[in-house]
Order: sequence, then structure tokens, then C-alpha cells
Amino acid sequence: MLSFIARRLGTMALTMLCLTLIVFFLINLDPNLKKLAISQTEMHTSAEQLESWLVNHGYRQNFFVRYGQWLGVLPKQPITDPATGKPAQRFSFCNDPVVPTFSGVLEGDFGCSTKFKTTVSSKLFPALGATGLLMFWVLAVMVPISLLVGILAGMREGSRTDRTLSVASIASTATPEYVSGVIFTVIFASWLGWLNGSAASASQGLTFYNFTLPVMTLAIYGIGYIARMTRASMVEVMTQQYIRTARLKGLSFGSVVVKHALRNALIAPFTVIMLQFPWLLTGVVIVEVMFRYQGFGYTLVEAAGNNDIDLLLGCSLVSVFIVLITQLISDVGYAFLNPRIRVQ
Amino acid sequence: MQTEYINAFDIVVGVLWRFWPVWIALILVMGVSFAYKKRLGLYGQLFDSGVGIAGVFICLFWLFTAIFASTISPFDPLAQVSIMKDTLPGAVEPTSKLIYYFGGDKLARDVFSRMVYGSQIVLIIAPAATGFALMVGITLGLPAGYYGGRIDTLLSFLANLVLAFPVILLFYLLVTPGIMDTPIPYAMAGLFFLFPIIFFSVLFWTRFKNRPDRLYILLGITLVLGGWIYVGLVFDKDPLHIVHIDPNQLNIFVAVVFASSPGVFRIVRGLTMDIKTRDYVAAAQTRGESPWYIMLWEILPNARGPLIVDACLRIGYTTILLGTLGYFGLGLAPESPDWGTAIKDASRLLRSFIHPALPPTIALMSFVLGLNLLADSLREQSMKD
Repeated sequence: MLSFIARRLGTMALTMLCLTLIVFFLINLDPNLKKLAISQTEMHTSAEQLESWLVNHGYRQNFFVRYGQWLGVLPKQPITDPATGKPAQRFSFCNDPVVPTFSGVLEGDFGCSTKFKTTVSSKLFPALGATGLLMFWVLAVMVPISLLVGILAGMREGSRTDRTLSVASIASTATPEYVSGVIFTVIFASWLGWLNGSAASASQGLTFYNFTLPVMTLAIYGIGYIARMTRASMVEVMTQQYIRTARLKGLSFGSVVVKHALRNALIAPFTVIMLQFPWLLTGVVIVEVMFRYQGFGYTLVEAAGNNDIDLLLGCSLVSVFIVLITQLISDVGYAFLNPRIRVQ
Repeated sequence: MQTEYINAFDIVVGVLWRFWPVWIALILVMGVSFAYKKRLGLYGQLFDSGVGIAGVFICLFWLFTAIFASTISPFDPLAQVSIMKDTLPGAVEPTSKLIYYFGGDKLARDVFSRMVYGSQIVLIIAPAATGFALMVGITLGLPAGYYGGRIDTLLSFLANLVLAFPVILLFYLLVTPGIMDTPIPYAMAGLFFLFPIIFFSVLFWTRFKNRPDRLYILLGITLVLGGWIYVGLVFDKDPLHIVHIDPNQLNIFVAVVFASSPGVFRIVRGLTMDIKTRDYVAAAQTRGESPWYIMLWEILPNARGPLIVDACLRIGYTTILLGTLGYFGLGLAPESPDWGTAIKDASRLLRSFIHPALPPTIALMSFVLGLNLLADSLREQSMKD
């Protein structure tokens, strides 16, 4: 088991290395750098001034050297001011090294955000905290509801409950966040006026009034999918021999479902819930933009829209890490939950 | 001047009336399918269940709407009639006396016409992109599952690499205006669009290599037709000027194919690993058939059930992706009538006007729902066999 986890962690590190290299390459394409230079300098700057801004800020060094510096395996060289010959700061809002130092992601330095004019860490981690809170509530709503729906539907295959709930789950998987968000806002905010259509005030304090709509919107898309998986797994379990045996022993239907079927039927949904995280990430971006909630997704969109290189790299690192770690947890957890699976 | 309005009942009747070519086509197709359902195989079996009929109905509805869009919509989707700005549903346009059935948006365009024309964009890009993703996924997934070993390790690693990207980040990186100045989208298009040509060439080669008369005709058709479309799509240099795609649409197309082909790859690989242990594959191996013949003519036809279901679901998923792109204003032109862009525009003004938001959301939802119902019913039918 340990060697399995170690091997998976190795693959994970390799994947992250490849992915960050790809992201680094795509962000540093020439048109993107030009866009950054234009947004960071005054209006009406000439092409030469843009070029010299890029050179002065170290964006024209060798690609792999810059990647190594960002990663922290190559030392960051101090930027010298051509006028004085002394080390200079690139940006007023974060400190560049005065002597060559190893200062990259591996050392915990994520760089400078050009959009928010601060260090990436001071922007990214509070945003992650805010999104974590959102995720917690979404999971707290989504998981119990979807498991309940799936079990109720799969308990008696082909019954009227099953058909109704199945069509409802299909409908919910056909509703992406930007659709359900609009519909819920129209119903609950514009029409009934019960809830707030914006979660901007949720950064100061969560209330039922400003936080329900984002949570609901995000949960609804996942509910259908998890419920369908739970149903499929429940249907399969209910046809097993030991369920028939338990029924023939004279146990009531309810106690067979709760005591015999449930445990075995919940193994597959566990994996599905874990693998749902990459989807939730996309959903988080949509929902946070739609409801103006200042979390990770909002930061990612701002970073991408303004070509904020270091911040976008930080965001991609975090999201890729989340995706990979949930995959690992799902594999390991599956092996733990299912005694028939033994990792060699 | 006061804008005139018609009442709610007239709106409903008017909208239903505007869709007349769709209703006629639907009645014809559904009627014929229903009459001959015994002879139509898997498609005919769909008409045995309510869910299947609903799925076919919704999908065909949007298909015909896309085909007859110019007849159905009373206005040009991009035309702005300034007097109709933000009008409520049912407003009468003064000069032509035609009606803005679902009202006007903030740029005074007809919401109804935009919804109808939006279906065209979705119904061209989503199935086509899914088709290409299927080709890429099948061509790479079959050898990965069949041979296993190093090829499998390498291809699976690459697929997992793409799958580990959150979709939204991938789109923000791949679908930006700047990237079209670089050769990256064209290189990716050049790579992806090669797969169908390879697929069909190998398909015909393995089957007919001992029958040159058939082989050369089929290979010739594949190469000429494929090469023609390839040149038109990738280099935009179609000598006949028929095949043409805008650079930003090409960019979206490539990004969508890139994002969804690893999923197909995984499914095909899994199915291949399962099917290659069957007796008929062993029989083919004993006959001395070539590996590619076995993959394409023994394994692939037996994997078609789950693949058709997956293709249905995937078209829906691609529609959602396109909507996401439109919602974030990536790739598609800002005035484009596609549903995602319309939802983005309308959702910003939701506090003041709700009517421009509802038609595109309901359209997108119903189309994806139709595809999902279709997939669900197909799955049920194929399980019965």
C-alpha cells in the first residue's frame, strides 16, 4: 500500500511539473506578454518602450531560466537599474531579492500579482479560504441529498419513485451552473425577493440571505450526477444473493436496505464524489463570477483576464493540486472501503 | 411614441406559429419513424419508451430549428432597432409590424431571433467537435487498450495530464485573442484533423487490402475528401472556397476537441481491454488477422453501444462547454447570438430585466436535457439485448 501511494505521489509530482511547464509556456507567449506590458505601462507607449519594460522587468530572460526561477531550482538574480547600476525593485508592492537567492514556489514564494498589486500568497490564500467555505456548504448540501435521492431511486428499480427521481436527476445534470444560477436568481431574488442575487457581502459575513443562491446553484449540477451513480450502484447491490437471503430470512425491507445494502452501495459514490472536485472547480469559477463572491474562482478569472502571470500560475498550481490529490484520495479510499480490491 | 404590446396568449400562439416548418418536419420524421420502428433497429426501439420519445423529440426540435432558422426568426439576430431597446415580450416593431415575441435586449435586438439563430452555432460546433474527439479518442484508445505496455502508459499519462486541467483554466489559456497570433491553434488543428483521415484510411486498408478494386476507390475518396476539408479547415485555403472556418471558431473548436478527447480515450481504452479477452478476438488472432484489423473490425463494432451513449452525453457536455465559453466571453464574437453569450449579457442586467435571460437558458437546458434523455433511453435499450 505504501509503495502504491509513493508511486502515485511520484506520478503526481511529474504531472504537476509537466502541467506547470505547459501553463508557464502558454502564459508567457509573446502576445500575452505584450498585453501585460500594455496594461502595466501608461497609455500610448511605443513598441520600444513596451519592449524595454519587458526587458527591465525580467520577462525577456531565457524561458527555462525563468521557469527554474519560478519553481525555485535556479537562483533569482537581482534586477539592476541601468541608470544607477544598483539592485532595483521591479514592483513597489513586493520585494525582489537584492542578492541572488533561491526563491520560488518550492521555497514558498509565489511571486507578485500585477493585477492586485500585492504578493500572490497574500491574495491567493484568503481567496482559497473563502472558496473552502463555499465548498464546505456545497458538499454539506449536495452529498446527503444526492445519496438519499440515489438510494430511494435504486431501492426499487423501475418503480414510480425511481422513474420520477431518475428524470429529475437527468434534468439536474442537464443544468449547468450558469443556467441554474440565472433561473434561481430570477425566481428567488427578482420574483420572490427571498434571497440576495449577489454574494459580494458574504466576504464580511455569511448569512442565509446572501449565501444560499451560490450554494444551491453549485450543488444542483452535482446532485444529479452523484444520485445517478448511487442509484446504479444501489440497483446492482439489490440484485445480489445476500439481499435475497436477507429478505427470505424474513427481515423487513427497510432493515435490509439500511443494514445490508447501504454499506456496499456507498462504495462507488465515494469515488464519484471525489472525482467530482475538478467539476466543482469549474462550477466555483462560474458561480463566484456570477454572484460576485471574492474567492478562488473570482481570483482565477481576474488573473486570466489581466494576464497576471504569477497569480495565474499560482491558481493553476492550486487547482491542479486539488484535482490530483482528490484522485489519489479516491483511489486509496476505494481500496480501503472495498475489501475485494487489493493494491499489489 | 408608445410601444404597442400584444397579450400573453397571442405571444404563445405567435411563437408556436413561427415554428411551423419545425412542426411539419417533426410530424413527418416522427410519423415515419413510428410507422417503421420495427425495422429501424436501435433507433426504432427508442420509440418504445416515453423517455426515448421525449429525447428524440427535443433533439429533432432543435435540429430543425437550426436548419430552418432563417424562416423561423422574424428579425436578423444582429439587427438593432433602437426604439425596441429593453422592450418587454410581445412588443410590436413599428415599421414592419412584426413582433418581438420575447422582447428586446439591451442592444435592442430581438431575443427570440437570437435564440433561434443561437441553435445554429451550437448544433454545428457541438456535434462536429464531438465527432472529432471520438475519432481522436478511438484512434488512440484502441492501440492503448489492445497493446498495453509502454504505449498505454505514455498515452494514459498524456490523457491524465489533460484531464487534470480544470476545464475553465484550459479555456482561459487556449482561447485568448492573443493565441491566434501564434501558430499553436493551427498546429493543434493540423494534428487533430489528421486523425479522421488516418482512421478511415486504416479502416479501409485493413478490410480491403486483398481487394484492390474496392480499396483504391475508398482510399481515394477518403484522401481527396479528407484532404480537401483538411486544407480548408486548417490552412483556410480551400481552392473552391466552400470549406471555411473563422480563426476564432477554429480556436474554440480545437480547444473543445482537446478538452473532450481524453475522456473518449479513457472509455475506448477500457472497453478495448474488456473486449480483447473475448473468444471472437482470440479466433481472429488465430486466423492471423493483423492487430489493426482486430481493433477496427472486431473490437470497435462490439464497443459501439457504450460509445453511442457516450457520444450523446458528450454532445450535451460539449454544448455546456460552449455555453461556458460564451459565458466568459472567450472566443466567440461579442455580438454572436449563441446561448452562452446571450446568458452572459442578460445575467449582468438581471436586476432590471429578466426576460432576455430566460429564452437562452431554457433553450440550452432543454437541448442538453433532450440529449441526456436520449442517452439514458439508448443505454436502457442496449442493456436489454
